[in-house]
Amino acid sequence: MNNFAIELQKINKSFGPVHANKDIDLKVSKGTIHGIIGENGAGKSTLMSILYGFYHADSGNILIDGNKTTIKDSNAAIAAGIGMVHQHFMLVENFSILENIILGAEGGQLLNSGIANARSELKRLSDEYGLDVDPDAIIEDVPIGVQQRVEILKTLYRGADILILDEPTGVLTPAEADQLFEILELLKQQGKTIILITHKLREIMAITDDVSVMRRGEMVATRTTKDTNVEELAELMVGRRVLLQVEKGPADPKDVVLKVENLNVRDGRGVPMVKDVSFEVRAGEIVGIAGVAGNGQSELMECITGIEHAESGRIVLNGEPIGVTGGSNPSEMRDRGMAHVPEDRHHMGLVLPFEEAENSILGIHQRPEYNKGIFLDIENIRKDANEKIEKYDIRPPNNRLKTANFSGGNQQKIVIAREIETDPEVLIVGQPTRGVDVGAIEFIHRRIIEMRDAGKAILLISVELDEIRSLADRVLVMFDGKIVGERPPETEEGAFGLLMAGIEDGDTTVQNGEAG
Amino acid sequence: MAAPYAKLPKWVDYGLMPVINILVAFLISGLVVWLADESPLKAAGLLIKGAFGYGEGIGYTLFYATSFIFTGLSVAIAIHCGLFNIGSEGQAYIGGIGVALACLAFDSTLPWFLVFPIAIVGAAIFGALWAFIPAYLQAKRGSHIVITTIMFNFIAASLMIYLLVDVFKPDGTMAPQTRGFAEGGQLPRLDWLFGIFGIRTGAAPLNISFILALVAAFVVWLIVWRTRLGYEIRTRGFSPTAAKYAGINEARVIIITMMISGGLAGMMALNPIMGDQHQMQLDFVAGAGFVGIAVALMGRNHPAGIIPAAILFGVLYQGGAEISFEMPNISRDMIVIIQGLVILFAGALENMFRPFIVMIFANLQKSSSSNAIEAGE
Amino acid sequence: MEFFETTILVLQSTIRLSVPLIFAALAGLYSERSGVFDIGLEGKMLAGAFAGAAIASLYESAMFGLLGAVIVSMAFALIHAFASITQRGNQIVSGVAINFIAAGATVILGQAWFRQGGRTPPLSSDAKFNAIELPFAAEVADVPILGPIYSDLLSGHFALTYFAFALVPFTWWVLFRTRFGLRLRAVGENPAAVDTAGISVIWLRYRAVLCCGALCGFAGAYLSMAISAGFGKNMTAGSGFIALAALIFAKWKPVNVMLACLLFGFLNAMEIRLQGKELPLIGEIPIQFMQALPYILTVILLAGFIGKAIPPKAGGVPYVKER
Repeated sequence: MNNFAIELQKINKSFGPVHANKDIDLKVSKGTIHGIIGENGAGKSTLMSILYGFYHADSGNILIDGNKTTIKDSNAAIAAGIGMVHQHFMLVENFSILENIILGAEGGQLLNSGIANARSELKRLSDEYGLDVDPDAIIEDVPIGVQQRVEILKTLYRGADILILDEPTGVLTPAEADQLFEILELLKQQGKTIILITHKLREIMAITDDVSVMRRGEMVATRTTKDTNVEELAELMVGRRVLLQVEKGPADPKDVVLKVENLNVRDGRGVPMVKDVSFEVRAGEIVGIAGVAGNGQSELMECITGIEHAESGRIVLNGEPIGVTGGSNPSEMRDRGMAHVPEDRHHMGLVLPFEEAENSILGIHQRPEYNKGIFLDIENIRKDANEKIEKYDIRPPNNRLKTANFSGGNQQKIVIAREIETDPEVLIVGQPTRGVDVGAIEFIHRRIIEMRDAGKAILLISVELDEIRSLADRVLVMFDGKIVGERPPETEEGAFGLLMAGIEDGDTTVQNGEAG
Repeated sequence: MAAPYAKLPKWVDYGLMPVINILVAFLISGLVVWLADESPLKAAGLLIKGAFGYGEGIGYTLFYATSFIFTGLSVAIAIHCGLFNIGSEGQAYIGGIGVALACLAFDSTLPWFLVFPIAIVGAAIFGALWAFIPAYLQAKRGSHIVITTIMFNFIAASLMIYLLVDVFKPDGTMAPQTRGFAEGGQLPRLDWLFGIFGIRTGAAPLNISFILALVAAFVVWLIVWRTRLGYEIRTRGFSPTAAKYAGINEARVIIITMMISGGLAGMMALNPIMGDQHQMQLDFVAGAGFVGIAVALMGRNHPAGIIPAAILFGVLYQGGAEISFEMPNISRDMIVIIQGLVILFAGALENMFRPFIVMIFANLQKSSSSNAIEAGE
Repeated sequence: MEFFETTILVLQSTIRLSVPLIFAALAGLYSERSGVFDIGLEGKMLAGAFAGAAIASLYESAMFGLLGAVIVSMAFALIHAFASITQRGNQIVSGVAINFIAAGATVILGQAWFRQGGRTPPLSSDAKFNAIELPFAAEVADVPILGPIYSDLLSGHFALTYFAFALVPFTWWVLFRTRFGLRLRAVGENPAAVDTAGISVIWLRYRAVLCCGALCGFAGAYLSMAISAGFGKNMTAGSGFIALAALIFAKWKPVNVMLACLLFGFLNAMEIRLQGKELPLIGEIPIQFMQALPYILTVILLAGFIGKAIPPKAGGVPYVKER
């Protein structure tokens, strides 16, 4: 009697020159929660996509309940009892919850009978697993946490015995995450097998029975969770002990350069995302803003840099107040000495089909040194680009190469070089090392520290708490659009974790647990 | 992460691929000729002979090409900004008002070389204004520019019928057209220029607006690749978010680009009105605006590609006329089919043959396969 | 009484003129609701009209003609599907191409095959659709008010006319009460959701685009085999674009589509009525203004001055499987 719900044997998958999965073996026991952990790009998602029929393995076997199974598409995966909750939800936003749940499992050509059945089945599932939803609510009107419940219900409705959850807590508030874990625990008790993909060690320790570690496309180890610890897993994950502690001296903060006062920002749908935020950044210090993704950091950053307008509040830059409710724009902010390394270099920081040199002036293209009258000064732009290429060790050193052909780390260096070389008074940096290789991370961190030591004011926004703690001199924590506290970076991780979960010191009540 | 398109040498990307696509379009056109009970080979021979066989043919070819260069540039510059301007037809039509007004006002008082610049400005302004409304609606209210420009083509057609019948038509005449222009409203032919090379263009209405079209092509190249405005246009065309980040005023760039686009389309009106008919007639655009779509796609939105593409369509128009003399079954409508096929294969299906080409090149270059630069992460 | 008679006449031609629009706009609805934009309605109608008339005249059969119209129009739809779904090409560009190919090919082939200047031979009454008298139409014609409404307005149309109007509730039912409709609407909003539910995005969209082709064939057949007896060069005269305008005007909803088409049909009928007539207070309205009115109204709608036309979210974007 085989006891494995899933067994993978020697799975290989390549995308062109990238070997995303190398000889992967994996055994997942029935009725357990099995974590798969690894850094971004370790190959976790590719592996799960193969299991769900999104990709086809180049070689290897998949065994479900001990039987060799070919999963040629999602349909086959569903038929084999596999359900997947994707990182980005696969929901039709203007459909009701019920419509979303029956999509693909309508139970006949006509909807009438299917809908009636689904309604009662949904009621049963809701009761059994504590997944309470209003079947007639429209998806776009319900909070993220509920949308995720709908995703789980979708898999259960299709009779899934094996659930794959891909980074399920990335978009959740801590309270919602806790609720999710309770649900998963309940599902496990009912005999379901759960695979949890994450890069958060804490989640692994908290909820899984077994954990497998992936690194650079390989499965490096599988452990029983209770027999391992965070340190061991972290080491397995990165391969060698990367000391994230960046060498830096104490900060020497001077005058206030950037002052944000009572800022309120709504997103495109009119939902308040930044609520009454105030803080200051002084010359010669790095202020970090920590928080779970989606708690208003992006909107805050885009508002400060002039990309989006605020509903109310103001910004004072170098002592000059700036109306941010309509008048400001990114060019003006740059002219006033602000530089901005955006979170999303692919869509915002760079124009990927442009030549490197063209991207090296994005946003500062109207400056006199790059122009002759209405014309661009191509010669000077190229010369300038070459200087940055050399100084920032951008590879390959070819300013006419299409930007899309550079690696992630080098693309980020193009952005960093452009922004730092404008010699700003204030540097706003979002997720500076997302999707960047280790060598480039060190380089970028060093540059940021150098900027600080040169007396610049730096606002660092990152969802990587480690990065914030090792770079920042002061850390603000953002939760549900508000700054919920300030701590020195030495504060222990757990205390930050509580703050990021919306729990202030001594205060154990959860704030706004249902916030989407 | 998986690079969908392997890298190909530049000459394959910009040279071979379009040529293959165009060849397929022509092969299928040949099939239609064959379906119409005529010999495709004979038709091709007639086409070449009609277009290049004698001086007048060349003159006509370039006369038609003149219009297509303008409309091709018009479509292309909008595409660089990520806008699909299907309205060049209507903008060219409305541009005619500017030409007609300039000529009607000054044709008997000023010499052509003074009326010409006024007409150029007039054509450009009217074309630009007609493009302004869809541009404004796209920029400020998010109305889909493809749909609005289609609608504006029809509105322009109705408006022009009204104007020609009720406003411009001289009393006591029947045809919906303006009066004929005096000498000041007639552009000089280029027969003398081609005469230098021993080509006698005869009665062909090839005129000085051909030179203007070439200048416009150069100016468009300058604008798109050498000016700050062009940089902003291309930034917005590739990535609206990056444009926003860069502090580029999106609405401004959309509106300016569309007005340049409309202006270029409007200038097309100079060629038939001032260069040929010497009056504004009903439907003088005759589909040139739509040909511009094919020309832009075929020329890959680059002036250096648009000029030969426009000349190719000039060949089709002129040679097509020749074919229809000899082959009663093959009327000028054949060109419309070819135009459609070119748009299909050079536009919507532009990457259909790509995997094959990539495969061939991969086989050819197996030895040096390791120099590919990894793009994903 | 004269006013009443005129009204009946105008409404009658409203119905007559709106039928091809209803077919074509519903055609567009299937395609666009599935996320495939289609500005090639005009071309497909034209191809259908030509094929219908050509085949009907060859076989002396309206049914064969209709079948031919539908098949040829579907073949054009298949080109659009291949270009925009399989090859992930630009849907607008593909639509433009189809319009030109159809406009040229119908004339060239018509001339080559029939040698009547691009026209098809006139259809005999067996080879075309004829008006149907509803039961008792003649008997009740003299009943005041209701009589003319029944016998002049409701009776005396082609079978295709009744079919077009029946298609409206049918389309609503398909869209909102069947599995196919649920999936069709889903794939136009979020194809990834459909894909992960184990449904083929490609096949679903192909079917939607083929439905579009079939209905464009009906629209074409109505033009060349019902209200006229033969094909004439460019006989659609932009009605494919009016239908597109109506579809947008109707915000991609079936019943609204019918209302929008009736409105545009009514404007067209009024335009013919008002030609050269002075109206009290306003004076003579230029016929061209009436012609342009559907387009103007659509632009105003698109500008968001009267409600907002929000197209299906995934419309115009080829689906690429990615994570």
